[in-house]
Amino acid sequence: MALFEAKNITKQFGTTIALDKVSISVPEKSIYGLLGPNGAGKTTLIRIINQITGPDSGELILNGKKLTAEDVLAIGYLPEERGLYKKMKVGEQALYFAQLKGLSKAEAMRRLKYWFKKLDIVDWWGKKVEELSKGMQQKVQFVTTVLHEPKLLIFDEPFTGFDPVNANLIKNEILFLRERGATIIFSTHNMASVEELCDNITLIDKAKTILEGSVDSIRRQWAANEYDIVFEGDVTLAESGNFTIMSKTTEDHHSAIRLKAAGVLDTNDVLRAAIASGKVVSFNPSLPSMNEIFIRVVEARN
Amino acid sequence: MSKIPIIIKREYMTRVRKKSFIIMTILAPLLMAGLIVVPTLVMMNQQQDHKKIAVVEDNSDLFKGVIKNTKDLEFDYLENVNVKDLEKTFEQSGYYGILYISPEIVNTPNAIQLISKKQPPIGLLDHIERSLEKEIERQKLMAYKIENLDAIMKNVETKVSIQTKKIDQTGQVKETSTGISMALAYISGFLMYMLVFMFGAQVMRGVIEEKTSRVVEVIVSSVKPVQLMLGKIIGIALVGLTQFLIWVFLTVGIVSIVKTTLLSKGNMTEMTQNMSKNIMSQDQQSQASAQTSEMSPQAAEFSKLFTSAMNQPWGLIIICFIFYFVTGYLLYASVFAAIGSAVDNETETQQFMLPVTIPIILALMVAMGTMQNPESSLSFWCSMIPLTSPIVMVARLPFGVPYWQLAISMLLMLLTFGVFVWMAAKIYRTGILMYGKKTSWKEMWKWLRYSG
Repeated sequence: MALFEAKNITKQFGTTIALDKVSISVPEKSIYGLLGPNGAGKTTLIRIINQITGPDSGELILNGKKLTAEDVLAIGYLPEERGLYKKMKVGEQALYFAQLKGLSKAEAMRRLKYWFKKLDIVDWWGKKVEELSKGMQQKVQFVTTVLHEPKLLIFDEPFTGFDPVNANLIKNEILFLRERGATIIFSTHNMASVEELCDNITLIDKAKTILEGSVDSIRRQWAANEYDIVFEGDVTLAESGNFTIMSKTTEDHHSAIRLKAAGVLDTNDVLRAAIASGKVVSFNPSLPSMNEIFIRVVEARN
Repeated sequence: MSKIPIIIKREYMTRVRKKSFIIMTILAPLLMAGLIVVPTLVMMNQQQDHKKIAVVEDNSDLFKGVIKNTKDLEFDYLENVNVKDLEKTFEQSGYYGILYISPEIVNTPNAIQLISKKQPPIGLLDHIERSLEKEIERQKLMAYKIENLDAIMKNVETKVSIQTKKIDQTGQVKETSTGISMALAYISGFLMYMLVFMFGAQVMRGVIEEKTSRVVEVIVSSVKPVQLMLGKIIGIALVGLTQFLIWVFLTVGIVSIVKTTLLSKGNMTEMTQNMSKNIMSQDQQSQASAQTSEMSPQAAEFSKLFTSAMNQPWGLIIICFIFYFVTGYLLYASVFAAIGSAVDNETETQQFMLPVTIPIILALMVAMGTMQNPESSLSFWCSMIPLTSPIVMVARLPFGVPYWQLAISMLLMLLTFGVFVWMAAKIYRTGILMYGKKTSWKEMWKWLRYSG
């Protein structure tokens, strides 16, 4: 069941159309990726979901009911640009935001201690935000976003500014939040994280949805009937009308071959042909990465 | 609604704990008290400063004995001295300076010189000029050969000193001092201007800070923009009130401490007693002023000032000041908040600031004019119009304002500030989440008319 749905959202700024009949449907307890090149309209959509701006037309539905102003309380939002008071101390600030979200001081304190310890930022409690680096600020902001345990979490570019170690830390936290029952929407340019995290995605380009669905089905859909096969020994595969050798490397008594099969052949046909040619060590249908799909789709439109 | 207090608390606490706030709060009353106490100290010290002046006339004794000695000034009339020689030695002989009068003085009034090592005080010059003027006048009159001139002169001589008394609504007569009223009008008008401007601008900066740092985007998911705006405005208002009240207490404290220590010295003791009597009961005032006349002129002057200062309607002034500060500040702060919400950074505020600054500056100018003429119709109207009334009305208060005027002014103020806050909230709600667009007045007008 979809926890959140946006139907035919259209938004226009002056003469430019920011969103043109964009719809998304986010299943409960899943991670939903909003992808798209810069200026595609991702942030506009997120701002509409958060009711920071209103759509010109279209509907927003949460839990089967129209989204109301009160519902924003059930949403945790991590904006792309950091929304923290620079001159305020980290701890006080986190406490302040938590109280605004409706937590009591004691409860906020308890949860903050837990999260600060978990993200290893306990030492920053008394520091001013302006003394922290961008990535450090983002960790603080992350904590303030998830602290009140909202049902729906929206992260706008959550990985920018993080080093690989911390990006991984946040990635794990996002997965952990899903396990605990949260539904997450996030926008990103980082395609590797999409493959690792997202269950479903929507790709927006120039205000329009151009690709939509679960990550697995999209990758299969874009697969070009290519296979990675590793043989023992030096094996030569005969090229024919049905098979094209894309690449071949021989190393350490093994040869790795990337092979493109003609559209009429299915996986079984390729596997049979491979077995006939030599001793197969491994056989993988090669799925395109989200990165490749992204580039191909967007470039095809230009 | 329960979230506004949380916002107020943050706005208040972050500001009150700032070093700049603490320093301002402590230093300002010291400065204020200094402004009151230092001139008093200077005045008192001056009389101990005894000066001896050598008077040298060129080949005549026309003015011998004309300039009378006073408590602090002593004039020695030297004869047969060369000024040039004396110039080198006068200091060793204990003279403060040499007054050189040339015989042409009767016709050319500037043929007179005061030679000294230091810039002579204005009081000394005044005394010499007045004495000589009178003497020359007398000599010129004598040239007309009028009979009984001396008698006529004595008869003509008059000295005027106005005593101002004010009758209040209950018919009580109080001794007042225009000087004190003026000073008070000046201080309250200026203080109001400063507070409204300073804290209004703080609201604007706070709003811009929240907008540019995108804090608003995070916060609007928890509170309504209007709540955020009200919380900020009220929080900063409390900061202003805290500062003002601390200032009042500290200033009163410092002034009274200094006064008691000063007055308990020497010949001032009796004066203190008189004054305490004055304060205790109005009936004894005539008796008290009879006593004051027996005192030294400075002490009497001082006592009078103090009495009339005490006769100011302090309670009314402070209550009205707080009322006008709160409402005037709310009015302007909401305008400032609306401006802050409409721009992306502080430099962009310029185009909107001018129309806001004009009424405030105008009010300050009218308030200064009020000190000269508190009853002028300009002062009256400006103390009614809500945009200028906070500053002008507090400047009028020390001169006495009829209650009906005060009531109308306050009522208008309450109505207007309500309308302003409401309009500002509408602009703020749209502006605070708008980025990258240069805002114009037209645009703001459009936001104002958005419904819902």
